[in-house]
Amino acid sequence: MSILSVQQVSKIYQSGSRKLTVLDNVNFSIEAGQTAAIVGPSGSGKTTLLGLCAGLDYATSGSVVLNGHALENLSEDQRAEIRNQHVGFIFQNFQLLPTLTALENVMVPLELKKRKDAKKKALELLEKVGLADRATHYPTQLSGGEQQRVSIARAFANEPKILFADEPTGNLDTETGDMIENLIFDLNKQLGTTLILVTHDPELAKKTNRIIRIKGGKIQEEQYV
Amino acid sequence: MYNFKWTLLMAYRDFRQNKSKLALFISSIVIGIAALVGISTFGDNLSKDIDGQAKELLGADAVLSTNQPLGDQPLDTIATQKSTEINFASMVIFPETGESRLTQIRALDGQYPYYGKFETTPIEADSVFRSGGREALVEKILLAQFNAEVGDSIQVGEVTFRIAGELEGVPGQTGITATVAPAVYIPMGFAEETGLIQVGSRLNYVNYYQLEAENLDEVLKPYEEEWEIDNVRLETVESRKASTGRAFANLSSFLSLVAFIALLLGSVGVASAVNVFVKEKLASVAVLRCLGVSSRQAFVIYLTQIMLMGLVGSILGAVLGSFLQIALPNVFSDFLPVEVSTDVSWKAVGFGLGTGLLIALLFALLPLLKIRKVSPMMTLRPDDGESNKFSADPFRWLVMFGIVLFIFSFSFYLLSGWKEALGFTGFVLFAFAALWGVGTGIMWLIRRFLPLSLSYPIRQSLANLYRPNNQTISLIATVGLGTAMISTLFFVQNQLLEEAKFADKEDQPNMLMFDIQTQQLEAVSQKVTDKGYPIMQQVPIVTMRLSEINGKTKKDNENLVEDDRLSRSLYNREFRVTYRDTLIDSERLVEGKLRTYNSPQDSIFVSFDAGYAGRTGINLGDEIVFNVQGRPIKTYVGSFRNVKFNQVSTNFLVLFPENVLDNAPKFHVIITKTGSDRESANLQAEVVRAFPNISVINLGTITETLENILGKISFVIQFMALFSIATGFLVLISSLILSKYQRMKESVLLRTIGASSKTVGKINTMEYFFLGTLASLSGILLSFLATWLLSRFVFELPFRGAYEEAVLVYIGITLLTIVLGWLNGRKINNQPPMVILREG
Repeated sequence: MSILSVQQVSKIYQSGSRKLTVLDNVNFSIEAGQTAAIVGPSGSGKTTLLGLCAGLDYATSGSVVLNGHALENLSEDQRAEIRNQHVGFIFQNFQLLPTLTALENVMVPLELKKRKDAKKKALELLEKVGLADRATHYPTQLSGGEQQRVSIARAFANEPKILFADEPTGNLDTETGDMIENLIFDLNKQLGTTLILVTHDPELAKKTNRIIRIKGGKIQEEQYV
Repeated sequence: MYNFKWTLLMAYRDFRQNKSKLALFISSIVIGIAALVGISTFGDNLSKDIDGQAKELLGADAVLSTNQPLGDQPLDTIATQKSTEINFASMVIFPETGESRLTQIRALDGQYPYYGKFETTPIEADSVFRSGGREALVEKILLAQFNAEVGDSIQVGEVTFRIAGELEGVPGQTGITATVAPAVYIPMGFAEETGLIQVGSRLNYVNYYQLEAENLDEVLKPYEEEWEIDNVRLETVESRKASTGRAFANLSSFLSLVAFIALLLGSVGVASAVNVFVKEKLASVAVLRCLGVSSRQAFVIYLTQIMLMGLVGSILGAVLGSFLQIALPNVFSDFLPVEVSTDVSWKAVGFGLGTGLLIALLFALLPLLKIRKVSPMMTLRPDDGESNKFSADPFRWLVMFGIVLFIFSFSFYLLSGWKEALGFTGFVLFAFAALWGVGTGIMWLIRRFLPLSLSYPIRQSLANLYRPNNQTISLIATVGLGTAMISTLFFVQNQLLEEAKFADKEDQPNMLMFDIQTQQLEAVSQKVTDKGYPIMQQVPIVTMRLSEINGKTKKDNENLVEDDRLSRSLYNREFRVTYRDTLIDSERLVEGKLRTYNSPQDSIFVSFDAGYAGRTGINLGDEIVFNVQGRPIKTYVGSFRNVKFNQVSTNFLVLFPENVLDNAPKFHVIITKTGSDRESANLQAEVVRAFPNISVINLGTITETLENILGKISFVIQFMALFSIATGFLVLISSLILSKYQRMKESVLLRTIGASSKTVGKINTMEYFFLGTLASLSGILLSFLATWLLSRFVFELPFRGAYEEAVLVYIGITLLTIVLGWLNGRKINNQPPMVILREG
């Protein structure tokens, strides 16, 4: 059963009288539980595609169906609710809320779902990523690797059906990057989440079931690993 | 899925880390609220005290006054007590030194005041004064001016009195009244003996009554019409209370408006600081949106924090204002007719809190609305801003409309007139727009024409003025407006004094003698010419009243509907009129022509001051009957003149032709020019000694009195302007602190790539120098414009730029900005780059 279906999606930016086509008639779908990597050179449209798949932006044309919801028919707030219920995110630059502690950052998606056990569950997740002892630390008091581990804990907190990761190891050294990759894939396996990641790193891409190669806004090649 | 409790929790979590920054935003409104609460509390207490001390304001239950002897009055038999007074302007001489001055003589008989008392030093002076001897009570300011003491002598007309005491307070009188016309009380029994009560003297007769009546209005009503006809003015406790209350309600509203300006300046600080705050928060908002937070929730998280700090700021302001008002009765002491209490006014506190919250909300909303439009896509592309969406946001326009509406409503509440409120709102918008325009224009010029040949520190510091997140415009608006207020005050004050001194040039007269009886005229002229001084003008003056205009008497005029009615003052005024067939230097004919009167068959054409005619509704050709001390004279309005009233010269609202008033009772004025102040003083002493009824004013006295009054007024205005200046600097300090991190990073980067501390320090100093320069120059420019407008349209004087004062204001404001900048930047220069990099 497909959890994400992208049909004839285009994204065009208008700058004055100039039109810039970033994505041009893109089609693919992802089955539940699958892992996929979107790869391609800089400016090829990877991040734009990820944003459209996750419902962070509207496509100029075409349809994105996420877990049965056609995103183009939903308002921004309705899509926010879908993200809270079904989607997790991991970002290249971690994107932790600087004014919240590590624990509070992980609790946010759970609290939004009005989970009574938000704190307990967030602590468990921090434990899983090895940061239970740093729960009360603020992001500025954590290293880059630690911040990304908190971000992973937060991404899995609402038990998402699908996880989007944008260059999750892009800002980390090799050793820490490897550790983060393992953590993502381990948790993904444990929780049976669908994973879609954008990366430049061919080694990371190879760890997924499927590689979607994109160039000039079009899918050039799909490769099943 | 709206979860209000969670939203508040998130607001709290975010607030923990932001409270010091938010405190800075809110500090901008603390002073404004404090000023507002302080002034409102003072106003409330003043109004309460005017009510409570109403009887002491008048000192009696009813007062009748007119310029004719009052004769027997119906109240004489009803009253439990009656006192009589004759007051008039006259010279007094201090025989010990021979010095003299024009004062207000009050010859009193009876036990007035019945409520309140004369405050004297020594305390028993009042009873000594009433003991029947030649004893006088003399205003404190007069004694101080002439170094006289209790026990010395004072000569009024031909009688010399012993100064029984120094007069410190009279019921209902303010310090300003004492400055303009210091009073000397003498016993009524010696009034005739002074020789000053003569036909032609300008005397005012007053009866003070104490009445034991339950309903005073009912007692007085039957006589009011008769008094009206006889030009007798009636004042009661109620009417005095109403007029005093009205005057002080106006003062309180005016001061509240000044406080409101300080608050608006603070609001600009709030808006600009919240703008920086919101920009810092956009990334976090995008993350929250990714995690599933709705735009409304995200908006409320930050709005809650702003409102919380708005409340804290307002409470702090209200507390500060409640303390501040304790000082206000001293600040305004010269203007107050009653003792003002210093109780906390909960109404004023509530008003301050409400205003503070509303203003924080309105001005924070403008930048805060951006949060609603943040796209979650910003998490992936930080520059994926929503600026286009924001400028099209209809709520933004709604908030702007709300701000203008708020300013209008607030001023309407204080001024109680939509025209005035519209005028004030227009002024505020114009002032901000003008400062914004000047600031933006100068920044554009710098950006456009910044020469590459300038040294690097100067170029960098100038470029810093338009860096992203700069506070340049808001600083120019706040510090600039504060500067504009205070320099306008300086400039106008300077202009008025200069104008007075300017009058003392070669060909201008500097001494004016009046109340000269016809029989004294020759002797006085002789005295002046014997000393070698010229008689520059010798003018006869006839007093008269207006009894009919186009056949309508005062009573007819009263019965007309408001739109058709002429100004009441026309009928109530005593006109002092002269006659001649030519114009003098200070007059210019603007309409009609001067016509002579040669035979009894001719009509009499008079000339009116154009401004006065315009204000009162007199038209060319109107038929006017004057009552010249009992004799009616029918005249026609033949011309209008523009009269310049700011010269030492005799100027008249109404000018008669020659040959009409030759035989009317009159007095004369002589105008002359002496060589120096010393010569003026000598001539004045000699004339007054020989002719005690003659009053003399010399330019030195006018300048001195003007300086005295302006000094008192300017102290109050400076006090009020201080709030705006202080708010401006608070905004400056908070924006410096807010941009500290950005500055640190830049400075560290510069130092890392090899710039010396000296270079970095130079860049920062130059930036503050330019910022201070821009703010103060914008303010000074605005104040020049305001001074020019005031000179041109209010004082009708030629504009004289106060350039020296402008340079002083410029140096002061710029230096202060540099010093504050240095204090803020100390850490940047004193720390090694690594420490700051780690902190980042």
